[in-house]
Amino acid sequence: MVCRLRLFLLAFLPLLLAVHGGFAATDDAKLASLVAQLGADDFDQKVAAVGELAAIPDPRVVAVLKALEDGNLYVTKDKKVVLAAQDGDNFATSDPVTGAKIGTATSDDIDQIIVNNRVRTVIDAALGTLNLFSPDRDARLAAALDLIKNPSPTAGPALVKALAAEQDAAIRQDMTLALAEARLNAPDKKVQLAAIAELSGSMDPAVFNILSALHDSTGLDPDVKKADENALAAISQRLQLVRIGMTLFEGLSLGSILLLAAIGLSITFGVMGVINMAHGEMIMLGAYSTYVVQQLFVGYLPADWLDAYLIVSLPVAFVVTAAVGIALERSVIRFLYTRPLETLLATWGVSLILQQFVRTIFGSPNKAVDNPSYMTGGFDLIGGAFITWNRLVILVFCFIVLGVLGLILKRTSFGLHMRAVTQNRDMAAAMGIPTARIDALTFGLGSGIAGIAGVALSQIGNVSPNLGTIYIVDSFMVVVFGGVGSLFGTLAGAMSLGIVNKLLEPVAGAVLGKVVVLIAIILFIQRRPRGLFALRGRAAEN
Amino acid sequence: MGSLLDRRGWIGFLATGLVLIVVVPLLNTLPADSPAHLADYLVPLFGKYACYALLALSLDLVWGYAGILSLGHGAFFALGGYAMGMYLMRQVGTRGVYQNPILPDFMVFLNWKELPWYWYGFDHFAFAALMIVLVPGILAFVFGWLAFRSRVTGVYLSIITQALTYALWLAFFRNDMGFGGNNGMTDFKDLLGMPLQSGAMHRGLYIASVVAMGLGFLVCRYIVTSKLGRLLLAVRDAQSRVRFLGYSVAHAQVFVFTISAVLAGIAGALYVPQVGIINPSEFSPANSIEIAIWVAVGGRGTLVGALVGAVIINYAKTYLTGAVPEAWLYFLGAIFILVTLVFPNGIVGLVNRWRGPRRAPPAAPRGLLDEKVAP
Repeated sequence: MVCRLRLFLLAFLPLLLAVHGGFAATDDAKLASLVAQLGADDFDQKVAAVGELAAIPDPRVVAVLKALEDGNLYVTKDKKVVLAAQDGDNFATSDPVTGAKIGTATSDDIDQIIVNNRVRTVIDAALGTLNLFSPDRDARLAAALDLIKNPSPTAGPALVKALAAEQDAAIRQDMTLALAEARLNAPDKKVQLAAIAELSGSMDPAVFNILSALHDSTGLDPDVKKADENALAAISQRLQLVRIGMTLFEGLSLGSILLLAAIGLSITFGVMGVINMAHGEMIMLGAYSTYVVQQLFVGYLPADWLDAYLIVSLPVAFVVTAAVGIALERSVIRFLYTRPLETLLATWGVSLILQQFVRTIFGSPNKAVDNPSYMTGGFDLIGGAFITWNRLVILVFCFIVLGVLGLILKRTSFGLHMRAVTQNRDMAAAMGIPTARIDALTFGLGSGIAGIAGVALSQIGNVSPNLGTIYIVDSFMVVVFGGVGSLFGTLAGAMSLGIVNKLLEPVAGAVLGKVVVLIAIILFIQRRPRGLFALRGRAAEN
Repeated sequence: MGSLLDRRGWIGFLATGLVLIVVVPLLNTLPADSPAHLADYLVPLFGKYACYALLALSLDLVWGYAGILSLGHGAFFALGGYAMGMYLMRQVGTRGVYQNPILPDFMVFLNWKELPWYWYGFDHFAFAALMIVLVPGILAFVFGWLAFRSRVTGVYLSIITQALTYALWLAFFRNDMGFGGNNGMTDFKDLLGMPLQSGAMHRGLYIASVVAMGLGFLVCRYIVTSKLGRLLLAVRDAQSRVRFLGYSVAHAQVFVFTISAVLAGIAGALYVPQVGIINPSEFSPANSIEIAIWVAVGGRGTLVGALVGAVIINYAKTYLTGAVPEAWLYFLGAIFILVTLVFPNGIVGLVNRWRGPRRAPPAAPRGLLDEKVAP
């Protein structure tokens, strides 16, 4: 089969060559004369030659321009442009277009073609334009996007040609924009207006900048100026919407992180009225579990399994932190149920010990947990809005966790017992519910979820022994703001705090915004001491 | 009740005061080669302990007697310290790196042209002294009035006091606040026209700290032995009943919270010249929680316990962070757990048990009157 294919190709080879040769022949003369023009002493001529070369979509042109930029083009005494490579004391010369060997020359025979910054700029622009014809889709897209960002009036003809050949719709759209930008400064008013009309449909901030640059330029035709203003207004309105959407997304993303951090706390606090200051350290342990699992994957498993480490980390982190949580409940917290303030102090002690313990084992420096490939990078949405995968995955993940937790609480007998204990511990005990066991399991569940939160947090930052302390105050704020013992309250609290934080950030700056939010919560608690969604009825009265 | 201290109490108080105020500075002035000489570096260290003791005392007043576990007392301490720091900063004058007669170095560095309005007056010691009392006091009054009027108690109060100090912590880190940002204030030169780095000044500050501690103790003692003190105990043990009996729980709480914050502020003001620096880390929530453990170790609701606990834990900290730095957090963590689980009455409780039931503290029988705090 392969053999026959090869034969087939061999048979057609002369034909293919002939077609290529025929196509090239028409351009070759022009190409040769333009290359010869590169050897001119005058920079203006060089620039003009480069500009014209840029319109010839031929890989050989790319090679010539690169050689020129790298200083490998020389001009001989009889004004012929050659490609020269140093060979001992002499130079081996060849034809820059065909690549055919010419011979050798001494350094006296040939002079390097000097390139100044102006020429270099033109060469770069030309190389960029030539990429529009690259067989590689990504290269074409990048070239088009680059032309949108840095429009060049000379790129017009090349863009027209490229548009005619382009099949990909997305690239066509970008090329159309780039073409419109290239025509913005055209002498013909009609062309200018058409270009502005084309651009006013865009959502690209780069287009906005270029249109506003046009607006600031002097000697503008009043009609053009007016059309420009309208286009600017239309684009800025759309960009504003995108920005609001982006802020909302960032707020939700922050909210999802807060929610993950706070949800376990909401369970332990809600059910047992226990302030667990070591909650942040459970998050930290979860993050370190992720780190350890990652290291084990790197060390003992094939490299292409590495992406699975995150999935494996989830149950590992849950089990590790749930076990620590249950141990903590059995050994310390259960003796302190009647003294909530002292639980706070004891669990703070636990948190100090856990931090120092981790520091002793892993050392103080941050540990990096690498994102698996499916959480690396992100995608452009619209109008310059960039969404990273890890934020999106965490946002979805936090809702999954919340949903699973909701199911456990509402649909399992453990959940039923837990709710009974939350509402009335004594009555639940009287009905035969083993409250002590429920306490331990509840604490384990809350801690385990904190561990899972740690897995998620390891994906957006470094893992360090004081990871937990960063989140502890925020977690408490979420729980207290949302209302203790209410999953929905925790969700609402986390999301609203996340969004308010991000809304305030551009106005007040990140730190001051946070301070404002904290003060707002302090004031809020004065009005509703039991949070947004307080438990009602008898349970809330004691 | 009624009397401030009984006869044995006064004897103990005065004897301790005599040793701390007279003997310690005297030993320091002995020639350096004398075996009884007290090393120079120890005087500011002891002064620092005295400030910590006063801070612990202020927390014990609200926690031990009114049941308000404030996790934000570090904030009042730090605010007092900042007020003192601002005065000391203005005293530097042209001796700073940039030799600006008005602006402190960090403002010149930030290219500020004039002094912010809230720095006015801090070149006068009397004004600074007033602010040391007023700033923490007013903050505590407003905060307490808002919180206690809405009956925010127990763990909720602990959490929002923590949020308070956390918010201030974040705020003071900002350079724009005009308090030196991350680096805070340091490189002080002199206090009341006398250079800070001298033996006499060290002894003077030490004595001032001990006197403040002693006076603070008497003030607290006066409050807790008064009728108001009995009311506070009742608020601690059965808040709703006190309310139903017709007392204003909130007024009592706001009063004691404000007094306590003022004491903490004074402690901070005395602390700053002795350590030579004030920066936002004093606001860190962890610091405030640590104060609670000083009180718990000594024995809360005893006042003396707060003093003892603060000194012991801080001595242990000085020793351990120097000798075995890794062990300090293990030790502190273990203390937190042990004291709450095994010795809820602290050192004073242990001593009292050893002395026999005759001198049992006026604590309520546990569990009988405890009101549930969280749902």
